[in-house]
Amino acid sequence: MASSTLISDPVTNIMERARDSSKRRKKKKIQRQSSDGGRDQTTQNSSNNNNQIIPWKSEVQQQVYSSKLLQALRNVRISPGTSPPSVPRRGRAVREAADRVLAVTAKGRTRWSRAILTNKLTLKFMKSKRRQRGTAVTATGNSRLKKPRVSILKLKTKNLPAVQRKTRVLGRLVPGCRKQPLPVVLEEATDYIAALEMQVKAMAALADLLSGGSSSSSGSGTGTGAMILNQLSLRQPPSS
Amino acid sequence: MSSRRSRSRQTAASMITDDQINDLVSRLHQLLPEIRNRCSDKVSAAGVLQETCSYIRSLHREVDDLSDRLSELLDNTDSTLASIIRSQLMQ
Repeated sequence: MASSTLISDPVTNIMERARDSSKRRKKKKIQRQSSDGGRDQTTQNSSNNNNQIIPWKSEVQQQVYSSKLLQALRNVRISPGTSPPSVPRRGRAVREAADRVLAVTAKGRTRWSRAILTNKLTLKFMKSKRRQRGTAVTATGNSRLKKPRVSILKLKTKNLPAVQRKTRVLGRLVPGCRKQPLPVVLEEATDYIAALEMQVKAMAALADLLSGGSSSSSGSGTGTGAMILNQLSLRQPPSS
Repeated sequence: MSSRRSRSRQTAASMITDDQINDLVSRLHQLLPEIRNRCSDKVSAAGVLQETCSYIRSLHREVDDLSDRLSELLDNTDSTLASIIRSQLMQ
């Protein structure tokens, strides 16, 4: 939470912009989340985890995500007018926009979402410094660092060096969990996997839609495609 | 600093019980697509972590591919909105 207060203003700006665009849907989502949480409140930890996992699979969450994704993608399309139209760079920009939108949809409740948002902001502000230093700290570039860190805590069976090593690897994959202990990494990974699955589903539906493809072939295709179309019909493009 | 951090890590690990860790591991195990193919009893932490790492990597790859595809589509079609509206009318 301390890191979020340092760069709180731009983060809250982004969040307020997202909030203004989808106020009504958010209220409905909060009501649905509270009703979901009331049903499975066995222990505090499990209820927290269930609240985190279940909303990712709900259709409301996917609606919110796809609408914000469209907005972000439109901004990505308009802004890089001077950048070279090389495919890898555009792809990376789209990936970063999708990650940012995913993190905003998580509403900063999880560590990885906060890490994604603060990473993007530090990249924006310190772009020139990063180029001079030559270090690329992105959420996607973790696979480059291949230092195996083995900390040996032989107190319990779960603290085997093999488990610790895999925990470090997993912590590098999930943004913002590099030096976290095992239970934190497990919890973050659970939420992150659910979020990534939703991201994949939404982006695949959007890509199918844009390629004018078979959105009516499968039942799930029509569901997500129709959702995206609803989003489009509700809002006007900024400049066209 | 590092000693303080490792000591806090030890105390935090001792506060989190084995049962909680087992619970988290089993929940993560359920999310993985492996469980649907074979009923694996490999609920060991190392195995689940390994599967989780590979699954997250594959998801990242999928997102990268999709974003590349989306960027191409956004570049090629100028009137993206027109094509979407057209597909909506065709539905």
